[in-house]
Amino acid sequence: MSPILTLIAQRIALGVLLLFAVSVLIFAGTQILPGDVAQSILGQTATPEALANLRKELGLNDPAIVRYFSWLGGVLTGDLGTALTTRQPIVSTLMPRLWNTLFLAFWAAIVSVPLAVMLGLLAVRYRNGPIDKAISGFALASTSLPEFFIGYLLIFFVAVKMQWFPSISTVYGGMPLADKLNAIVLPATVLVLVVLAHMMRMTRAAILNVMQSAYIETAELKGLSSFDIIRKHAFPNAIAPIVNVIMLNLAFLIVGVVVVEVIFVYPGMGQYLVDHVSKRDVPVVQAVGLIFAAVYIGLNIIADIAAIIANPRLRHPK
Amino acid sequence: MSNELEFLSRHVAMGRLSRRDFLGRAAALGVTAPFANMLLSSAALAQAPVRGGILKAGLQGGEATNSLDPATFLSQVPFNFAKCWGEYLVALKPGGLENRLAEEFGASDDAKVWTFKIRQDVEFHNGKTVTAEDVVATLERHSNEDSKSGALGIMRGIESMKADGRDVVITLKEPNADLPYLMADYHLIIQPNGGKDAPDAGISAGSYKVAVNEPGVRYVGERFANYWQPDKEGFADQVEIIVVNDPTARTSALQGGQVHMINRVEPKIVDLIKRVPGIEIQTVSGPGHYVFIMHCNTGPFDNADLRMALKLAMDREEMVDKILRGYGSVGNDFPINSSYPLFSDDIEQRTYDPDKAAFHYKKSGHDGPVLLRTSEVAFPGAVDAAQLYQQTCAKAGITIEVKREPGDGYWSEVWNKQPFSTSYWGGRPTQDQMYSTAYLSSADWNDTRFFNEKFDKLLLEARAELDQDKRKNLYREMAIIVRDEGGLILPMFNQYIDAINDKVGGYGGGVNHELMDGYALARCWVKA
Repeated sequence: MSPILTLIAQRIALGVLLLFAVSVLIFAGTQILPGDVAQSILGQTATPEALANLRKELGLNDPAIVRYFSWLGGVLTGDLGTALTTRQPIVSTLMPRLWNTLFLAFWAAIVSVPLAVMLGLLAVRYRNGPIDKAISGFALASTSLPEFFIGYLLIFFVAVKMQWFPSISTVYGGMPLADKLNAIVLPATVLVLVVLAHMMRMTRAAILNVMQSAYIETAELKGLSSFDIIRKHAFPNAIAPIVNVIMLNLAFLIVGVVVVEVIFVYPGMGQYLVDHVSKRDVPVVQAVGLIFAAVYIGLNIIADIAAIIANPRLRHPK
Repeated sequence: MSNELEFLSRHVAMGRLSRRDFLGRAAALGVTAPFANMLLSSAALAQAPVRGGILKAGLQGGEATNSLDPATFLSQVPFNFAKCWGEYLVALKPGGLENRLAEEFGASDDAKVWTFKIRQDVEFHNGKTVTAEDVVATLERHSNEDSKSGALGIMRGIESMKADGRDVVITLKEPNADLPYLMADYHLIIQPNGGKDAPDAGISAGSYKVAVNEPGVRYVGERFANYWQPDKEGFADQVEIIVVNDPTARTSALQGGQVHMINRVEPKIVDLIKRVPGIEIQTVSGPGHYVFIMHCNTGPFDNADLRMALKLAMDREEMVDKILRGYGSVGNDFPINSSYPLFSDDIEQRTYDPDKAAFHYKKSGHDGPVLLRTSEVAFPGAVDAAQLYQQTCAKAGITIEVKREPGDGYWSEVWNKQPFSTSYWGGRPTQDQMYSTAYLSSADWNDTRFFNEKFDKLLLEARAELDQDKRKNLYREMAIIVRDEGGLILPMFNQYIDAINDKVGGYGGGVNHELMDGYALARCWVKA
């Protein structure tokens, strides 16, 4: 096998191992949550009989290790179990939610990633000039405001006052794509504003770092234009850290958007997780936790592989 | 035009009050017959239902964990959607009960055997005809001791039931003059074969068929073509509920015109919403109330003087003003108000009296701080209310230590476990049910640990009494016992505050709960 494939295979194997470790942690973590699932399902109006019946029915009396392995076995065969509260298979209720979250993240990423990289490049080209300062200032301002504040501002001006876009972003299966896109304009905008600064600043810093190198000076002496230097010589060498920060932000777009989902009433994973945590619906919490962990680990593997491909030195460990 | 006449004329237009009753009422208010007739026709013109369109509500109180099984209903979204697709035996209406699937009902003289005659030719959404057997099966499912139905507690008094032709005959263990009211409980949706085969299929005989059920996100009902009273409900082609738990998102959705009605407007923003053109605030005074509960059998609250001191140290007016912003009424330390049919309004109102509180406090012999546990989930503004109470107690020389508990697990770890805490009650349709739920010695949720033989005896006596005057007196006596001896401090009854926009027609006439007792979507229409 070529050394690059071996490296990638190693990296993936490591990821799988990590995911396994995370599954143990998630399971252990959900075991020490306070309260009791039966009480949470039935709420204030629970009678002692109803509680006892429900506990028996849910199999809450088995030892933890037994429940862990039966859960893991299910996960490996694509069965995430049954939600305690609704008795529906988790896979069928979770998949549309995951899809919605990915849909929103996808459009936020489509806008923010090229925009961030472009703005980063522009900032380097005109570094320390007014354009650089304007870009950095705007990005820092938008990232310093909390998501809910940006969200409420957009709702007040764009949705309530101007009535351009809806303030509620409820999407559902069978909705035409154009309607869906119209519905997610506001939450996607908030997400773009939130992640833009981080990616832009990292792009700028990474390229500036490379610009200190001797070969850039050579390129300058060759008489290349500033843009050509950045494009041909600086950017390729800065790809690894840029991809890293992009992946980190993509992961945030998928697992960290609870607040945005709540404000815009977007039926994604975040809201789904919150509802089930408050009802102690442990199987769902575990399933969502595992998916979030898989997203993080997966995106990090991609970043690592991109770095390996972009930087020949990493392929030949000393 | 007086508000009352306008209100009444709208009711005639909607078919909820007969023309004759209206004219009688108008005469009593000093209006001549021709004028009353004129009022009526203009109301009918303005209120003529419009068919078609989609009526949308943005509601708080829905989770991804909700199911369509009526036994599991707990929060507001399932409650409101239930009134669209579900059909009941009877329903509450102002001043009494409305027959729905029950064409008529009656009791034996001792109020032990009740018979409900089931309406003929009513169809379930799946095409099957509603029979007495379906009704019995439904009641059986909710009264099964293995069931986890929210209605289990009220079904315990039933000894046996059977279907007899069109009749459902229910025999009780103890006489109960209020049984029909219990049948109006929102869990008791009549389902084919009682929902024993598929409890969460969402099949009943309501005016809308379940078209979309996305728990915690969105629900859609499509008009049921064979609904049994099409002139009263089911005007919009579709009704839609969008779950919007965030209060800011809810009000902005109403302002942006994305929904026609919302529930749970926060008292602190009501005055702001009122200024928005095209939006109307709707309030309902119901039996719901906010409470401070002491365990009568746990020290130091097992001392009657200390309990009395703590009751006298509560400034009820201030609570209503500051915590409810006026959207409510003062309580009198018993869980009943004028929304109940047999309420006595002549019981002396307890008021804030720091001197008397200090006297009882000294007499109790207690010293040191009193620990009060509270949390935001106990009721909206509960933490503020506890701090306000701390201050009024301080003026009487009583030190209250307020402990703020996490909302998570409050109902399992604090309420009904700790001796002094804050809580709320949604109220019940009858006094008997309210007292049996929380104040009878053997009650499931006796959260004040109130054990009083005399009270228990009166309750059972009132339950079996069919003479309304005698019952009213018995309830009066019980109220005074709870007020003076119980562990309940009840500073306020809260109102439900909803908001609708000017596209909604036919709003009005709800009792006890938000959005016309949940019937707003089923009974309103979208104005053309």
